[in-house]
Amino acid sequence: MINFALDIGTTAAPESYLFYVLAPLSVLAAMGMLLVKKAVHSALLLAWVMVTLAIFYIAQEALFLGIVQIVVYTGAVMMLFLFILMLVGVDTSDSLVETIKGLRAISIVAAVGFGGLLVTLISRATFGRDVVGLSEVNEQGNALGIAELLFTRYVFAFEVISALLITAAVGAMVLAHSQKTRSQFAQRDLSIARFRKGELKDAAGLPSSGVYALHNAVDVPALLPTGNPAPTSISAVLEARGDMIESTNFQLKEEAEEDK
Amino acid sequence: MSNAEIIGQDPGWVIALKGVLIFAVCVFLTIMSVWGERRLVARMQQRSGPNRVGKFGLLQALVDGVKLALKEDLIPKSADRIVFVIAPIISTTACFMAFAVIPLTGPVNFFGHETVMQMTDLSVGVLYVLAIASVGVYGIVLAGWSSGSTYPLLGGLRSSAQVISYEIAMGLSLVAVFIYAGSMSTSEIVAAQDQWWYAVILFPSFVIYAISMVGETNRAPFDLAEAEGELVGGFHTEYSSLKFALFFLSEYVNIIAVSALATTLFLGGYRALPGLGFTEQWLGGWFTLVWFFIKVLGFFFVFVWLRGTLPRLRYDQFMKFGWKVLIPFSLAWILVVSTLRVMSQKEAPPALIATFIFSIALIYVAVATLLDRRKVAKEKVARNINSLEPDFPVPAIPNTRVEQING
Repeated sequence: MINFALDIGTTAAPESYLFYVLAPLSVLAAMGMLLVKKAVHSALLLAWVMVTLAIFYIAQEALFLGIVQIVVYTGAVMMLFLFILMLVGVDTSDSLVETIKGLRAISIVAAVGFGGLLVTLISRATFGRDVVGLSEVNEQGNALGIAELLFTRYVFAFEVISALLITAAVGAMVLAHSQKTRSQFAQRDLSIARFRKGELKDAAGLPSSGVYALHNAVDVPALLPTGNPAPTSISAVLEARGDMIESTNFQLKEEAEEDK
Repeated sequence: MSNAEIIGQDPGWVIALKGVLIFAVCVFLTIMSVWGERRLVARMQQRSGPNRVGKFGLLQALVDGVKLALKEDLIPKSADRIVFVIAPIISTTACFMAFAVIPLTGPVNFFGHETVMQMTDLSVGVLYVLAIASVGVYGIVLAGWSSGSTYPLLGGLRSSAQVISYEIAMGLSLVAVFIYAGSMSTSEIVAAQDQWWYAVILFPSFVIYAISMVGETNRAPFDLAEAEGELVGGFHTEYSSLKFALFFLSEYVNIIAVSALATTLFLGGYRALPGLGFTEQWLGGWFTLVWFFIKVLGFFFVFVWLRGTLPRLRYDQFMKFGWKVLIPFSLAWILVVSTLRVMSQKEAPPALIATFIFSIALIYVAVATLLDRRKVAKEKVARNINSLEPDFPVPAIPNTRVEQING
């Protein structure tokens, strides 16, 4: 395996370049995630933050963790999130009206406070201390080291967590699943219903829209044998919206009329 | 010396040159595979295919590329401009990145420097390919969403649901390979296949991988994402000119990439066919490249063959197949493989192993028979329902020929 972090304790030159390029980008993306208006853009910026985090993990000798971060978070979790965003149609801008007065100020103070707490705690725990034991745990390779811990020392916690996650997934499915009391009204039922109406006038379905030499779109009604337009041949929505074109425009004119 | 150590000694210029070469080979292969696919499909459909530009129409793909580049580049008014431009870039970048960990040759002499044609050798190389593939889905989803139109959105959602579902089956099929090779690094998996290809000893895994790689690349018969009868062009309906060319490129590079991974994992990578091991030393090791590409192009031929032979699956059947057939089957198979592996590592008596294999085969036959019986019973019920007279008025069936003609 390639050693990205060459000397433990002091950051190697390639790693520090990587950090100075990617860290500002990832912070910018994280800020942007909060500030952009479209929900899909936020989700994308979050995905980018996760990818940069994965690169940082890889640069810090946690190769397996970095790759799994991309597979699981960027690939699966964010993708499902994006999916829901798109299906629900939250591509309109968020409303920025404060529903509770002063909520914005309170939340900013709380966020800054929490951030400060995290930064001080982590910096007290890390700055000025030597990193130890990294080469020992990675001796047999990163994936092997993690596998050994997961399947020996932490095997119980690991299994409990997986049982919990499966329970959560099944629970979500049970909650979201609505029992169908009757079968779906499908094409077959529709056709049976047409025949049961008593008269067989509509048994073959509604007539399709008009086909003319000059126009054959869905917005022109077809002609009945009597020469009148067939009202059922175009969608009621088009008629209500005023998008219907009169079929008389495309009818064959009398010769006398054409000569004029 | 392992591949990782060899690559670790590469000076900068070798790495850069290798990167350029691999990229160039990918692009060249894509262009030629577009031509090859059109010719092959044409032959399967009793046509000639492109044969006007150059000898055998060889330059057809090049001319098509020029045509695409000269077309007007449209961005729909309702599109999300930034995402619309980024989407094809993500798609193309991701599919090229997968090649970084594929070993194309054994040790070769590269301008006087001993190296292997592989950009980098990660200890979790195969997982890296899966990770990159999952990033590539973003290109498709975002293209569908940002077009601001219904059909692309539906196509994008379909294809991402498809890729995510089949990625699970694909990942599970790789587990057996990891267990047998004892590594997730591509070069070590190739090295572990010096005796037997994994396509032979892990045949069910190979079949699962082969099916899911067609699903993963959105190709016929699983090309529901761009089902032209239903969705116009799917996620790339609104794309034109070079942006469309990028999607086109990434589709073919993706095919080559999954084929290359299949070759690496199941067909012994750059190794020669059994019995021809002496050819690996020809041309200072460069002949292994020929073996590698013969295998990859074999996969590509199967892709084209599938396209020429099979009709498209219906979406719900396709999803049912992925989730209810491929995934449970591969889970059961992993259980069998890992049990066998532990048995052989603990040196269990051969009688025990034979009993285990026999009982597994028995269970398989029993389950298959049960499923088959239920299917037959269901068909019987369905036949009974269909034979009943409907309880609503239907026009009388005409009896005589005259009645049939005159209605």
